[in-house]
Amino acid sequence: MRIELQRRSQSSRLFSFVSPLLALVLTLFFGGIMFWMLGKQPLDALYSFFVEPLLEVWSLHELAVKAAPLILIGVGLSICYRSNNWNIGAEGQFTIGAITGSILPVLYPEWHSPMILPLMLVMGMVGGALYAGIPALLKTRFNTNEILTSLMLVYIAQLYLDWLVRGPWRDPQGYNFPQTKSFVPEAVLPEILESGRAHLAIAFALVAAVALWFMMRFMLKGFEVTVLGQSERAGRFAGFSARRMVWFSMMLSGALAGLAGISEVSGSIGHVQPTISPGYGFTAIIVAFLGRLNPLGIIASGFVLALTYLGGEAAQLSIGISDKVSRVFQGLLLFFVLSCDTLIHYRIRIVTQKLRGGAAHHA
Amino acid sequence: MTVSEGPAGNPLLSVRQLTKYFGSFAACSGIDLDIAPGEIHALLGENGAGKSTLVKMLFGILEPSEGAILWNGKPAVIRSPSEARSLGIGMVFQHFSLFEALTVAENIALSLDPKISLAKISDEAAMLSQAYGLPLDPKAHVADLSVGERQRIEIVRALLQNPKLIILDEPTSVLTPQEADRLFETLFKLKAEGRSVLYISHRLEEVRRICDSATVLRHGKVTGTCDPKQETPASLARMMVGADVSDVSRGTGSQLGDVQIEVASLSVPARTPFAVPLRGIDMQVRAGEVLAIAGVAGNGQGELFDVLSGEHTVADNDAIRIRGNAVGKAGINARRLLGAGFVPEERHGHAAVSEMSLSDNLLLARSQPDRRALLSGGALSVIRHGAVRSAARRICEEMDVRKSGDDPAAGSLSGGNLQKFIVGRELDRQPVVLVVNQPTWGVDAGAASRIRQALVDLARAGSAVVVISQDLDEILEIATNIAVISEGRLSRSFAAGDLSLEKIGLMMGGIHDSTHSEAAHAH
Repeated sequence: MRIELQRRSQSSRLFSFVSPLLALVLTLFFGGIMFWMLGKQPLDALYSFFVEPLLEVWSLHELAVKAAPLILIGVGLSICYRSNNWNIGAEGQFTIGAITGSILPVLYPEWHSPMILPLMLVMGMVGGALYAGIPALLKTRFNTNEILTSLMLVYIAQLYLDWLVRGPWRDPQGYNFPQTKSFVPEAVLPEILESGRAHLAIAFALVAAVALWFMMRFMLKGFEVTVLGQSERAGRFAGFSARRMVWFSMMLSGALAGLAGISEVSGSIGHVQPTISPGYGFTAIIVAFLGRLNPLGIIASGFVLALTYLGGEAAQLSIGISDKVSRVFQGLLLFFVLSCDTLIHYRIRIVTQKLRGGAAHHA
Repeated sequence: MTVSEGPAGNPLLSVRQLTKYFGSFAACSGIDLDIAPGEIHALLGENGAGKSTLVKMLFGILEPSEGAILWNGKPAVIRSPSEARSLGIGMVFQHFSLFEALTVAENIALSLDPKISLAKISDEAAMLSQAYGLPLDPKAHVADLSVGERQRIEIVRALLQNPKLIILDEPTSVLTPQEADRLFETLFKLKAEGRSVLYISHRLEEVRRICDSATVLRHGKVTGTCDPKQETPASLARMMVGADVSDVSRGTGSQLGDVQIEVASLSVPARTPFAVPLRGIDMQVRAGEVLAIAGVAGNGQGELFDVLSGEHTVADNDAIRIRGNAVGKAGINARRLLGAGFVPEERHGHAAVSEMSLSDNLLLARSQPDRRALLSGGALSVIRHGAVRSAARRICEEMDVRKSGDDPAAGSLSGGNLQKFIVGRELDRQPVVLVVNQPTWGVDAGAASRIRQALVDLARAGSAVVVISQDLDEILEIATNIAVISEGRLSRSFAAGDLSLEKIGLMMGGIHDSTHSEAAHAH
């Protein structure tokens, strides 16, 4: 006996629209079961996980702080994925962007100038883009699989950051803590409102999402992305270059991840330390898919995933369970998004008899 | 009327009132069909007539909504292709189901008992392909094979399973006349062995030649059964399309103008181990000329198209000239801007993106040559969706493209209608040079005649047209000049009237006469 996926002749329009919502509901349901098995009241736990963080102003600010990098990275990745380039290494580009963006405030801590912040942001973007350029180069030159190379580069970036803040960049007056000097005020991304921590990164994220939505919806460049993602051959017929698209999509997503990195360090942390991200670069993959690779959808899904981070912290305090629960929720969500999408296009068939042939005939 | 019960008495396969609904749409409605043992039975119909749906039900890919299938007089429920195969039904699809990354032998092995060793399969396949005149290298990777060669795998694969009924969907569309003749011999051999053949074809001549009976479908219903030998191609076509198919009128005495596209001693090495290198191609096409390039699949047609279109550029910039401009190193859009248009062979994934709407597919080929009309916003290149959509609508009207909805996905159109759109997309620009690869492959008779007429009209209006085709009837119908490509070499071009079918066939078969090289410049 085996299970087969059979392509549906027609996939339901209604369900391709509600599938992200369905995935959310299933995630909540199975999350409830998990809480119940941990010996908690499922509804109370879900309430403190998903609702409580939305009830106070300061935690709404936190939501924006966490959503910003997810959306910035997610919209960049959506362009990659639409063009059939699979950048899995946004976490590394985020890290490198944070490092290159921090060069000025770390190495020239006495430099007070309004120019410093724009320069930092640009350098962060350049760093992220160049780092994403490595898998692009390997793919266009040697036909290397970018999934593997971009993923492996994540660990290199993280270990490099670790070495930097424990070694050359460590603050001599920092009581041996592995972190740099705190950034001067001019190098800190300003907050948007008086009422909380939310800083400019969320504005960058919204602008990037709307700009890329416009590109995908109205511009020839967006058309090029879609065509090359669907069929390289048709793209070549249209006069588009698949090779240039590898560079474009990888460097664009790298730049946005780098911007997210430097924004996080400058706006939320204020110095560089060994760990600067709770896995934003990986979670953004879920964000991109939950948002159906549509930049506007990604704004919404970015907030949803940000809530899982916040809920994890809240649940740790209020009901005393590990904040690793956030990861569980993120995993559940990705699982259900992908399986809902699969079931829209395929039906499951359980084949009981032993087939002698036939495998090759599902055209 | 010699249909249904043949001399042997009971039909091998009977279909009674078979109906298939997709939603409320009946793709097949109340189909009756009888195939006697040892008979070659033709299934005729335009694209969208319901032939594929019917055949898919017989082969267990689709489940009938109503009606019955009788096998040897007993009701049979065919739930999957492997059940169909174990009954004794073999199928050769029009769109092949092959894994490109695997070899020929591996692809064949996938549909057989896993216990049989690959070596044995290779041997048997080699033997069968030899016996039936379908040359195949069992070790070749499918990705490197041409459409024609891929079809041979499908045929051999079906034959290996020793079927009682073999269903062939447009089998000869990519074969040379000689190869087709050999296939017909194969079919006659199968027939003599008492096997039956269900033969789907658009080629009416062929059906008349080899089939014992024919069932004609139109709009999902049987519109007639007949003995094709008693019919003329025109009367068969009438049953199929319900109206007289107009002959292509070529007109006479059009004066040839200047050379519009020119290739001079162009050699291109093979890009992959199995691709065909182009050797010393010389070609000149004048305004008003239709140069047809005949040849068997896999002799360099695809490679020639790629270098003519600029999808692959060549090292020598002067080797290709469009309207006098050297374009060897220029990309496809630079050539389009000089007034050239291109129609590739493969509709899905090359000429069009199946998942995208027709208007998006219009933009695919026209974003640069019609930049001013279709884009705005300067460097931002904002697409003027309204303009693109109305241009797509214009083309659909002009070419009589039948579709559901205003701007459906290209993949939802039948082959013929999509091809009309793709050709119309270029004609709409009035290209000075048009290069077309297999303009009517897998296209129904009505659409094919429309496309051919459009190509002839374009040349008469003063454009240079290059048609790469494997369909000799088509070539004779529209060409003013004919050249033959074989093993990457292009013969000199002959005036269409000066070549007999036999001579073209011989040249396609790779017989290079000694005059080839010196005649090359004698255009």
